[in-house]
Amino acid sequence: MALLTMEGVTQRFGGLTAVDALDFTIEAGSIVAMIGPNGAGKSTAFNLITGIYTPSAGRIAFAGTDITGWATSRIAALGIARTFQNIRLFGFMSAIDNVLTGEHARLHANLVDSLLHTPRQRAEEGAARERALAMLAFVGLEDAVESYARNLAYGVQRRLEIGRALASEPKLLLLDEPAAGMNPSEKRDLVALIRKIRDRGITVFLIEHDMALVMEISERITVLDHGEKIAEGDPAQVRSDPKVIEAYLGSPA
Amino acid sequence: MDVFFQQLINGLSLGGIYALIALGYTMVYGIIELINFAHGDVYTLGTFFSLAILTLLGVDSVVHGPALIGVLAVTILGAMILCGLTGVIIERLAYRRLRNAPKLAPLITAIGMSFILENLMLYWRGPSPVPFPQVIPNPQFALGAVTIQAKQIIVVLLAVVLMVVLQTFVYNTRLGKAMRATAQDKDAAQLMGIDINTTIALTFLIGSALAGAAGFVSGMYYGSTWFFNGFGAGLKAFTAAVLGGIGNLAGAMLGGFLIGLIEAMTTQFISDQWSNVVVFSVLVLVLIFRPSGLLGESLPNKV
Amino acid sequence: MRLIAPLTARLPPALRTPRAGTALAFAAALALPFIGRNGAFTNFLADAGAFVLLALGLNIVVGFAGLLDLGYAAFFAIGSYSYAMLASPQFGIHLPFWVLLFVASAIAAIFGILLGAPTLRLRGDYLAIVTLGFGEIVPQTFLNLSQWTGGPNGIGSLDQPVLFGYRFGFNPLPYYLMVLGLIALAAWLANNLRTSRLGRAWMAIREDELAAAHMGINTTSTKLAAFAMGASFSGLAGCALASKLQLVSPDQFMFNVSVFVLAMLVLGGMGNIPGVIVGSLILSALERFILPQTTNFMHNVGLNVDLTNSRFLIYGVILVTMMLFRPEGLIPSRQRKAELHAGQADRRAAAAEGELLTEVIH
Ligand SMILES: Nc1ncnc2c1ncn2[C@@H]1O[C@H](COP(=O)(O)OP(=O)(O)O)[C@@H](O)[C@H]1O
Ligand SMILES: [Mg+2]
Repeated sequence: MALLTMEGVTQRFGGLTAVDALDFTIEAGSIVAMIGPNGAGKSTAFNLITGIYTPSAGRIAFAGTDITGWATSRIAALGIARTFQNIRLFGFMSAIDNVLTGEHARLHANLVDSLLHTPRQRAEEGAARERALAMLAFVGLEDAVESYARNLAYGVQRRLEIGRALASEPKLLLLDEPAAGMNPSEKRDLVALIRKIRDRGITVFLIEHDMALVMEISERITVLDHGEKIAEGDPAQVRSDPKVIEAYLGSPA
Repeated sequence: MDVFFQQLINGLSLGGIYALIALGYTMVYGIIELINFAHGDVYTLGTFFSLAILTLLGVDSVVHGPALIGVLAVTILGAMILCGLTGVIIERLAYRRLRNAPKLAPLITAIGMSFILENLMLYWRGPSPVPFPQVIPNPQFALGAVTIQAKQIIVVLLAVVLMVVLQTFVYNTRLGKAMRATAQDKDAAQLMGIDINTTIALTFLIGSALAGAAGFVSGMYYGSTWFFNGFGAGLKAFTAAVLGGIGNLAGAMLGGFLIGLIEAMTTQFISDQWSNVVVFSVLVLVLIFRPSGLLGESLPNKV
Repeated sequence: MRLIAPLTARLPPALRTPRAGTALAFAAALALPFIGRNGAFTNFLADAGAFVLLALGLNIVVGFAGLLDLGYAAFFAIGSYSYAMLASPQFGIHLPFWVLLFVASAIAAIFGILLGAPTLRLRGDYLAIVTLGFGEIVPQTFLNLSQWTGGPNGIGSLDQPVLFGYRFGFNPLPYYLMVLGLIALAAWLANNLRTSRLGRAWMAIREDELAAAHMGINTTSTKLAAFAMGASFSGLAGCALASKLQLVSPDQFMFNVSVFVLAMLVLGGMGNIPGVIVGSLILSALERFILPQTTNFMHNVGLNVDLTNSRFLIYGVILVTMMLFRPEGLIPSRQRKAELHAGQADRRAAAAEGELLTEVIH
């Protein structure tokens, strides 16, 4: 079943068409990637999916629901989580508070609970904390529970951002250049982590420049250039597509 | 109907003053995204500086002939220079250090600067309104039942002339282009070799100088001022800047005249007491329904 | 906390916990008027207490959620006028004080929502100016609607609270004890909020609104909650002070009151409850004792300066110098301190590496 469908999605910024009539589907349970030169419109596609922008044209559906024009918070609560190309952790919150914030949509404490710390609220917070600790262990941050996010090493921040996203128990996880700035050993860990995430039943959609990583991990790859989809298929098909080769040679990324 | 046209004239002249102040708000906001709350007080300072210069020149009544031109030129330029320098000093002392701090920080210092300026003016000129001499002969022209005073024409003319000079500067000179580049993307501008600090200081210099000109005009127009004058005028001028589209020079001008008109019409047709309430309601409505203003283009924010 | 560290270090460990510190502070506050045994001092404590309540409320908006509200006095006005209209000869309505405490808070909260709902979508700096405008409109409106509000004279002869048949009357002591109780309640509630799902959401919004929205946080309604909670605290303060002064008038709620309360937060430490309380007390003491007495002293040594006229200048100087040199306040929260110094640290790092901080944001 298609988890995410984009139909003719277009985003214009003034005179610039950053994403041009993009048609695209993601099957549930898969790992898929989007590649393309810098400025191709990949991050903008993510921003459209998470509702930062409302598309100039086209529609986006998630798990059978039309989410075009929805607010970001509603889309997130429905089950799409993401990381950002330039990490956007809550720098002055501890690692565990970052993850707890990720759980926000799964918690139920209302204003009165929060004001009075009702027994219900305390029980919920206790359980949330347990889950958050488990999540930190899952992404390998068991030693940094109370550190401020901004004080963590770069690669660790990337993993924390993934943990924060997972805390919302998403169906679809969007990763924008997760391997950027990582060394080879960190990249290997990342590949393993992404596989573990998929094994939890979460669909993973990533943007990545590291071709080796993309080819190794993805089941399907979409290639974007100047906002348009120029190729799509499994790694072998994409690798041998002349249009893809030209796009990469034509504009060194 | 006559009343309407009379208020149209009054509103336009009020608007000329707001427009000049609004230009400073919009320039500073355009370049460092800061609401410079102290800007309204720099405008009041402009009136007091003008007054001080007139006193130095020994002028306390109407001047005629060529001497008038001289007096006007010295007073206006003097007020502009002094206010411009005040603006630069404020930026250097209170805002520059906080350029990378969380947004809240410079906003709070801006409020603090506004309080400091107001209270320094309170020390300087006391709590009551201070009269401003009539320097300019003020013949009145009757158009049917509508009277136009010479000083009203001067306000509007001066605002428009300064606006044209400013536009020419910003679009046709190297420094102006540096300002626009910095406003658009500080990092890129810096990479192109533009000195960000100088450019921002220049922006404060020009914006505050315009407030100085507005200060002179306001003294001439109202015949008095007091230390707290800039608070309300500043808020209205900021509303004007938002109404026109913040960051947009022509928009600030348009917004200024519109706010002047709205204020004049409210005073005439509703009541003086409600004019502030109406202007702020306009601010809220614009921000809600068209935050990019009348002339601003609405692009999604960079993420 | 660093300020009192030398004192607390001598205490046995059991008394060094935050809870014990709070209990000690509360006991001291309770004892204060009985030690002082001075009507004027108790009177000061009661008035200052109302401003502590205001500071605690504004701290939710500015300190927790990071929203600059420059019209906070408007909510104080609404709370006070609510009490005045419902407990005075003005309309012949005389509802009990204790009921009005809740009613006035609720009315103030509702106005917080009414103002916030359309404006909280705006960027932070626009919000500042809109609240500033609102802060101008509200007292102006109370001034203009004189047939209901008494115009510039305000409303007088407000009812005094009665507790189990005991009339508060003109003795400041019962007012002080009541305000102290309200402060304890407000501080407890504020601290609960801080350490809850809602408090985390506020922090997240303060740090990165867009990222917060990606956590499923409805940023508008979360900010609204901050506005409403902050406003409701000012309703408590409004009732307390109005019933004590037995008078409300528009000039009690002008812009400088909003800045006064903001200066309390900036001085004490935005986001930190003990800091905010201390900052508030310092500024109240400055107004009531320090400036007049220094002025007296100056006169006695032959200097003719009236420092009581410089209050607003001093607030301005506090706002600017604190933000420039100690933005986290005298008694900071750990987190705020780190946050507010980050800009400088970034710059230092950039200078050290000799490279530009050009972060390409796509
Ligand atoms: N908010 C925006 N406003 C204007 N232009 C934008 C905005 N966001 C992205 N762009 C432009 O859209 C194009 C695509 O950007 P992006 O999606 O970030 O590319 P990629 O992630 O593939 O490198 C670029 O030219 C970029 O400058
Ligand atoms: Mg990108």
